Amino acid sequence: MKKILLEHIDEPGINTFEVYRKKGGYASVEKALKTMTPDAVTEEVKKSGLRGRGGAGFPAGMKWSFIDKKSEKPRYLVCNADESEPGTFKDRYLMEKIPHILIEGMITSSYALGAKTSFIYIRGEYMYVLRILEKAIDEAYAAGFLGKNILGTDYSLDLYVHPGAGAYICGEETALLESLEGKRGNPRLKPPFPAIAGLYSSPTVVNNVETIAAVVPIVNNGGDEYAKIGIGKSTGTKLISASGHINKPGVYEIEMGLPVEEFIYSEEYCGGIWKGRKMKAVVAGGSSVPILPADLILKTAKGEPRLMTYESLADGGFLTGTMLGSGGFIVMDETTSIVRNLYTFARFYHHESCGQCSPCREGTGWMEKILHRLCHGHGRKEDIDILFDIAKKIEGNTICPLGDAAAWPVAAAIRHFRSEFEEAAAVQGRGHIEESATLEPLIVNR
Amino acid sequence: MLKEAKEIKFSYEALAQVRLIIARYPEGKQKSALLPLLHLAQSEFDGWLSPEVMDYVASILNIKPIEVYEVASFYSMYNLKPVGKCLIEVCRTSSCWLRGADELVKHIENKLNIEVGETTADGMFTLKTVECLGSCGTAPMLQCGADYFENLTTDKVDELLDKWKELGKRSSYLKSLTAES
Repeated sequence: MKKILLEHIDEPGINTFEVYRKKGGYASVEKALKTMTPDAVTEEVKKSGLRGRGGAGFPAGMKWSFIDKKSEKPRYLVCNADESEPGTFKDRYLMEKIPHILIEGMITSSYALGAKTSFIYIRGEYMYVLRILEKAIDEAYAAGFLGKNILGTDYSLDLYVHPGAGAYICGEETALLESLEGKRGNPRLKPPFPAIAGLYSSPTVVNNVETIAAVVPIVNNGGDEYAKIGIGKSTGTKLISASGHINKPGVYEIEMGLPVEEFIYSEEYCGGIWKGRKMKAVVAGGSSVPILPADLILKTAKGEPRLMTYESLADGGFLTGTMLGSGGFIVMDETTSIVRNLYTFARFYHHESCGQCSPCREGTGWMEKILHRLCHGHGRKEDIDILFDIAKKIEGNTICPLGDAAAWPVAAAIRHFRSEFEEAAAVQGRGHIEESATLEPLIVNR
Repeated sequence: MLKEAKEIKFSYEALAQVRLIIARYPEGKQKSALLPLLHLAQSEFDGWLSPEVMDYVASILNIKPIEVYEVASFYSMYNLKPVGKCLIEVCRTSSCWLRGADELVKHIENKLNIEVGETTADGMFTLKTVECLGSCGTAPMLQCGADYFENLTTDKVDELLDKWKELGKRSSYLKSLTAES
């Protein structure tokens, strides 16, 4: 497959302006600023069918078109680089290896939106990546691609990187804006949406790193060309973060529509399950999406091969399907305790709940507690139904989607692996799950 | 109890950075600089944010101290209590757990003779477990200062701990422990 975002990933020095430019970098800025109106850029993004790559999959061009152009306030583009969905590390990879593709995408996209100041909000733990981005921004300023009168046009733009400080919730766009304003990351009630009242109550668009990077090839080759890649409403390529019990963990750029089976087992991608074991389950789109057992991730309930697209992964709804989400693809082998893995998710969501809405604040804590006792030989028979009940009562009852994200994995794990929960509840005495989860030392000195 | 008042003030170099950071945001929106300034303050003042340090940051930004406290207590990267010189943060969420994070934590606990959340008697190391650091494809891993240490084995961790002890330097998210300067 021809890579688009990662086309020059193996080029030595591609992290520098000089090499990136030599490989055709910043052409989209030249093309947009010199030959296109801002609306024409937005039009290409609409035609491309590009969908938000952060997880929700909302059409990017449509999101752009919502921006309030009648407002007299300044407009902002904010890049969401707060990548913290467990299982997801593709944005870090892209920013670290090819920082200029994000800078270029930010300039072209800011031009389309009429933003004069733009921000990249990056999670605080990625501080070393922030330094890489700042260096790339300095290079872009020096070359006249940022600052006043870019390329001699009357368009000017300042671009800054802003660090978070450790809070998953800041990946939610309104929490991110609160955080960027120097406050706690509490999501806002919507409406108004950021396109009307976002950063400093000004019209704002928040887009994921990969979404903004994809604007570069879309403007260079046209939205129609981009839309030819992929299948149906899943256009273009997607960066997949592959982790867990596979032979070749890493970031892979795939064409939408690649069969899941090929992704897992081919040498080009994950290279199959480690240690010659069998696959037990997959979390296909980051921790928030429903887990699927091996048979359902490879084939839909109708028996069709499952494809890496928004639609195919969602086929069957939550009963037999899942979501593409952020593309955080976590594979588990046959020795994995589903209950114990779910415990790590429940603990995560409890830790990351902002505490604003009681169903999420309290419910995530209860779920963690119950899963903890199930994992440690103190479970009760009724625990499984209580878990399911709590999950159902969080879902849909919170300001932001963190509540749903905490509830879905619990409901799905029970739906597909109920017998494991029953086994765990039946065992009385410490350490049952802990032992069965680590049948042999996992860390082998390599 | 009377404490000897120690003046809290950024160094000349840090103050230059403060000015640059505040200048990024529109006029009147200087509160936006709070998160970056708290990172800087933590790095400058022994790796944690005392109430006095937070008050100082509030005075720089011309905001109320409570506006700083509520933010500092929300984000997990700000330490509201003193920590050891080297803050070791081991990721333990799903992908890392699947590839041995629990064993890694146990190994470090045994080696340093402390439990998660504790600091060694000599004040050198604090061990923390953290949620997903976005390094799932290179699990298990840990963060120390600005650096990620990935694809860890027990041997590699032993080497790192020995090296950091020998260096004796304080870790900071803003710089690499092994950086030259």
